[in-house]
Amino acid sequence: MRAIVTNGLTREFNGLTAVDHVDLQIEKGELFGLLGPNGAGKTTLIHMLCTILPPTEGTAKVAGFGIGKKPDSVRASIGIVFQDPSLDNRLTGKENLDFHGRVYGMSKTLREKRIDEVLKLVGLEDRANALVQTYSSGMRRRLEIARSFMHHPKIMFLDEPTLGLDPQTRRKIWEHIQMLNKQEKITILLTTHYMDEADYLCDRVGIIDHGRIIVLDKPKKLKDQLEGDIVSLEVPQPKKYADVFRERKYVKEVKIVGDYLYLTVTGGEKAVPKLIDIVARHGGKVRSVGCRSPTLEDVFIRYTGRGIREEEGGIKEQMRAHMRAHMR
Amino acid sequence: MSAQAIYVLWLRDMKWFLRAKARIISTIVMPFLWLAILGMGLGAVTQIPGVGNYIDFLAPGIVAMAILFNATMSGVSVLWDKQFGFMKEILVAPVSRISIMLGKTFGGTTTSIIQGVMLLLVAGLIGAKMPGPAGFLLALLFMIVLAIGFVGLGLAIASRIEDPVAFPLVINFLIMPLFFLSGAIFPISMAPEWLRSISYINPVTYGVDGLRGVIIGVSEFPIWLDLGILAIFSLAMVLLGAYLFKKMSA
Repeated sequence: MRAIVTNGLTREFNGLTAVDHVDLQIEKGELFGLLGPNGAGKTTLIHMLCTILPPTEGTAKVAGFGIGKKPDSVRASIGIVFQDPSLDNRLTGKENLDFHGRVYGMSKTLREKRIDEVLKLVGLEDRANALVQTYSSGMRRRLEIARSFMHHPKIMFLDEPTLGLDPQTRRKIWEHIQMLNKQEKITILLTTHYMDEADYLCDRVGIIDHGRIIVLDKPKKLKDQLEGDIVSLEVPQPKKYADVFRERKYVKEVKIVGDYLYLTVTGGEKAVPKLIDIVARHGGKVRSVGCRSPTLEDVFIRYTGRGIREEEGGIKEQMRAHMRAHMR
Repeated sequence: MSAQAIYVLWLRDMKWFLRAKARIISTIVMPFLWLAILGMGLGAVTQIPGVGNYIDFLAPGIVAMAILFNATMSGVSVLWDKQFGFMKEILVAPVSRISIMLGKTFGGTTTSIIQGVMLLLVAGLIGAKMPGPAGFLLALLFMIVLAIGFVGLGLAIASRIEDPVAFPLVINFLIMPLFFLSGAIFPISMAPEWLRSISYINPVTYGVDGLRGVIIGVSEFPIWLDLGILAIFSLAMVLLGAYLFKKMSA
């Protein structure tokens, strides 16, 4: 049995299609990443799968239960870390976990044992009895992660788990996610717009844009599709050399951005000296050279024709963020 | 329905209530000022026929006022939960909406009762007539039924509103007239005809009248009638709240 299956799952908001006929199969035990820019439909998809938003069209099964027919069974099988904060700041960390344990029907002894366990796992045992108000954003995120798996869910949804966190905290959260997947054997569906996050963590990645999954595979396979490395050359008047490069067989693609030439080439490291030679023969001088393997960002650009960009959130979320900042 | 879920939502309201000491005091101070200033100011020049001292007449009305405002205002917690995202944690839990709604209802009711009782005792301290033990228990019953009805109303309104700043304005707009037209501060039997007819369709009238009946032994209607009408109103409000709550999104 698969952990998550969707069939033509669709959600519209006032004529705008946020999620557009998505067919997805996620295997048990998989760490699956949905990668896409903000506004691509990732959160809407997750909200439908965790039964707090009804789909306009299509069906989905989570842990074997239909999201429309057995929402309570779905809810009992899943754990969620929402994109936006969902803690009660006026309770302590421990109280937040206790609340969670109770609404998920855990007994007192089990609750107490589990609260200690998960707090230790995310390294918050020292701050357990402090009000969440006094936590940093990284600590709040860790508490939310601890909370989301304390009732032993089979499947977890993590919606942008490291959004807005510093690199060190991101690393730590990545470790927790891997631990949950490998040690606790939890199937994880993660959304992110950080390429490196999807690349580093996920067994498979689905790239989503405008509500559709445009390509889905293992990160390595996606990158291999590009068949080459990305070489950047900093030269004055880069346009002069573009056509010359295009004639070479090993150069797949040429792009000019400012003083830089971006070339997709097979066997990048070996090609670099040749490319510098060509520039020298045409009387130019290379100021700097870069050579890197393709990233998921390059894959995204290839399929959508543009980079993943930061976008403003919805007006509702902006208002909420504003309220959060000013009201407490 | 889950007793555990109802209990933990109630428990959370209690923790908030006990931690927000400033809130407890401020919600007591307003009705206290009404009681002290109106009661003593008007009391010096007013005698209510059949009752006597104005402050004896006023005290049950002010207790009802405290319950009314606190109960309805407790719905704001739903808006804060939505605003701060905690509502998503609640709604995604494997418990029914009705359990959530009931937990919130009991939470709001309990905090309202605590304030109502505190106010009644304060009224006694400044010289208002106090009930005996039986009267006190009956007063408690009236407070509970009144509170449940208005917490239900508050939750119903809260599930239709997004903005926590707008909520108190809406509530004041609604509750102020209900309070003034309830016979809490003047006897409706002596009011002009038009005013009296409006008071008769106001559910708060029966809460105030019932409380007055059990606290000082003077009431316009039979106490069982007061309680009956109030109970029907409260049940209707809880059902309305539950219905709207079910349709709410995070």
